[in-house]
Amino acid sequence: MGMPAAGIAAPGVVMIVAVVLIVLALVYFLVATIVALRRISSGLDEVIVGVGEIIEKSAPVNEIVLAINEQLDAGVDALEGLLVKKAGLEDSMGLIDSVYPGAAAAGLRNFPESTEIEPPHIGETYTLGTLTLARLGREAPIAAASPAGAVLRNVEGGSLAARELYPSVRHTSPQKLPRSPVIGTDAPVQYEQREDIGAPRKRLPTRPPS
Amino acid sequence: MTLWWIGSIVLLVVIFPVVVYLLRAVLESANSIVPTVDGIADVARAGSKDLDAASLLITTREQATQTIAGVADYGGSLDQIIDDAVEA
Repeated sequence: MGMPAAGIAAPGVVMIVAVVLIVLALVYFLVATIVALRRISSGLDEVIVGVGEIIEKSAPVNEIVLAINEQLDAGVDALEGLLVKKAGLEDSMGLIDSVYPGAAAAGLRNFPESTEIEPPHIGETYTLGTLTLARLGREAPIAAASPAGAVLRNVEGGSLAARELYPSVRHTSPQKLPRSPVIGTDAPVQYEQREDIGAPRKRLPTRPPS
Repeated sequence: MTLWWIGSIVLLVVIFPVVVYLLRAVLESANSIVPTVDGIADVARAGSKDLDAASLLITTREQATQTIAGVADYGGSLDQIIDDAVEA
């Protein structure tokens, strides 16, 4: 009776060992997996918080940007319409091209035919309109294009602009101007320096025979 | 008896390594997800922080509205001051 019991016990022990090893492996790896999944879960919680904040903060962006675009569209429509109304389409393109060289090629948004117009030379065709805008002051679009901000409404600025047309350098207020030439006996440079001036006459004048 | 032995040895030599291999693969996959999720969380946090300035768009909208209103007033004045273009 002892041999069969011992014969059954040996493979049974092997099986028990195998089952125990399998259970231990299951426990170890499953616990490690559970720990990893918990870290993933906590990380996803942070992701959800961040994404929720993004959704909350970006929710009104679309509406606000659309409102801003509507305002800007209205402004563009008004300015384009006013410019074309006052200057005419052709001169409008000339004025635009003079302020922003090359911009006339893009044309006006509400006037598709403006792309077909060759912008005229602004100095020849829009002098009156340019001066009219410039006289309106610093806020005028034509004045805004100048980095120096010089406007004809400024009396001194207007005078300076006129004086700069002449080659004189006095309007630049130099610290030292060229001195005027000194003339006379004390002049540093004497002209007509003749040796016979002041010397005794070499030959006295003779009286003509009577 | 022989079958008993064969079953025990198969359980120990074949089943146990296969179980260990599969569980190890699952654990490695789970561990590889962790840094990715952490990276996504960092990006979401940074994205949320970047959108902090989005609230300033409300001010931008008000400024744009006021600016366009000023432009409209100015354009109206120009419309009164400057003569219309003469048709050629």
